[in-house]
Amino acid sequence: MYSEKVMDYFMNPRNMGEIENANGVGLVGNAKCGDIMKLYLDIDDATGIIRDAKFKTFGCGAAVATSSISTEMVIGKTIHEALDITNRSVTEALDGLPPLKIHCSLLAEEAIRSALWDYAQKKGIKIEGLQAPESTDHHHHLNDEE
Amino acid sequence: MIYLDNAATTALRPEVFDTMIEYMRENYANPSSIYQKAGCAKVAMDVAREKIAKAISADHSNEIFFTGSGSESINWAIKSVVNNTTHGKHIITTKVEHPVVLRTCEFLEKQGFDVTYLPVDEFGMVDAQQVEEAILEGTILVAVMMANNEIGTIMPIAEIGEVIAKVNETRERSERILFFTDAIQAVGHIPVDVNALNVDMLALSGHKFYAPKGVGALYVRRGVKLMPLIHGGGQERGRRGGTENVSGIVGMGYAIDLAMAEMEAEITRQTELRDYLITQILEKIPHSRLNGHPIKRLPGNANITFDFIEGEGMLLMLDFNDIAASSGSACTSGSLDPSHVLLAVGLTHEQAHGSLRLSLGKDTTKQELDKLIEVLPNIVERLRQMSPLWEDYQRNSVT
Repeated sequence: MYSEKVMDYFMNPRNMGEIENANGVGLVGNAKCGDIMKLYLDIDDATGIIRDAKFKTFGCGAAVATSSISTEMVIGKTIHEALDITNRSVTEALDGLPPLKIHCSLLAEEAIRSALWDYAQKKGIKIEGLQAPESTDHHHHLNDEE
Repeated sequence: MIYLDNAATTALRPEVFDTMIEYMRENYANPSSIYQKAGCAKVAMDVAREKIAKAISADHSNEIFFTGSGSESINWAIKSVVNNTTHGKHIITTKVEHPVVLRTCEFLEKQGFDVTYLPVDEFGMVDAQQVEEAILEGTILVAVMMANNEIGTIMPIAEIGEVIAKVNETRERSERILFFTDAIQAVGHIPVDVNALNVDMLALSGHKFYAPKGVGALYVRRGVKLMPLIHGGGQERGRRGGTENVSGIVGMGYAIDLAMAEMEAEITRQTELRDYLITQILEKIPHSRLNGHPIKRLPGNANITFDFIEGEGMLLMLDFNDIAASSGSACTSGSLDPSHVLLAVGLTHEQAHGSLRLSLGKDTTKQELDKLIEVLPNIVERLRQMSPLWEDYQRNSVT
């Protein structure tokens, strides 16, 4: 059901864990629907480059894999580059996801935005193109209506 | 592979398969035809019908109607009752029925029927009194499963049957409440006696007791009207047209015979293994709990919730260790909601997501369970290390 890449990222998750002094933390999803993703970012204030990223996820194989690969995708990127990461690019990086699991990739995109929002709040800065995260489970409602 | 998903399906018995092959290769005649070869097929089906009837203590073999699956049997039973009834529009069932029953009832609600979904206790059980209190003048059908497919709880069907029989004594014969039970997880595994249970209709499925997939049966008590499901030829006494799945039916007949012969010994053996498995898991893994009734449960069913983790991850890691099991998590149900059964017994959403169903079978050995018991604690631990819920829990329990 899953691509080899998804299974690899699930069985050998990269960047799983916490960053003790993370300056951007995003927490998205909810237990009701079965996925919670927490993303920790360490962002260089001077350059705006994401130096490190780690995750913790309660969820299925796809949720863990999307979390893990999205940490790899943001490391080394600037804040603005990180904002370009979409659920589609996450899904593509994993060689696709089963249709029922697409919402997991939305979770990853949201987690990145949520962590960056947290960073902006902490620093009192405005990041262009970034709005306050909406209710964390809106993607599930969207999915329900499909 | 260590196969612990026998509630999903069972491995076809090789000896059953050998018999089936005969009815495909040599004995392929259409049982409705007139020549000798056809007669053989017809007789073989009659024998299978008698075996199924005997296994559930039905009075007559013509109370057994062969179907293509348990789901078909359930649909047929419920839709037949509502189709043949004019004295009311009320159905009583439970919140923990198999989705086949629930979806059929929801379909009927759209057609104007009223359905009461009885809540269950913490073990997933309804009692006869609840059913009695829910009965209205317009009640036409009570549908309660015999044994739950997820948590294994065995319902007090005989007591419910008695309550319904008592109410029926006060009613005209044409206005009787009919009692249907989905016994798909029970038949071939625990004693089922349609007269002792006082049921009017009962659904069963072959592949749950080592018969092939694609064949099931519906028991319909003599005197209860059964709506034709498929109009066509005269098969199944004119109620279900279509040339019969002779090899499947013969296979199911043979398989039930074997299951009945082994039942008593298997109940003892599997119950022991099950209790060993449950005890070991609960002892070795903190924050775990048993779902379903501790005693009144199917001999082969263990269902355990592990807090802070999600079930699909467990299944993938078990699969990596060549162990097959199932879970009540949303991710494995094909929807976004976790098991309705686990929610009905009072689990939170996250607990329901973290359940693991291990269903034993006749070939399950203690060594296999020991292998599971060896790898499972590490799997749960690994997933907890990944879980933000576990992180929160630990942080809060330290401070």
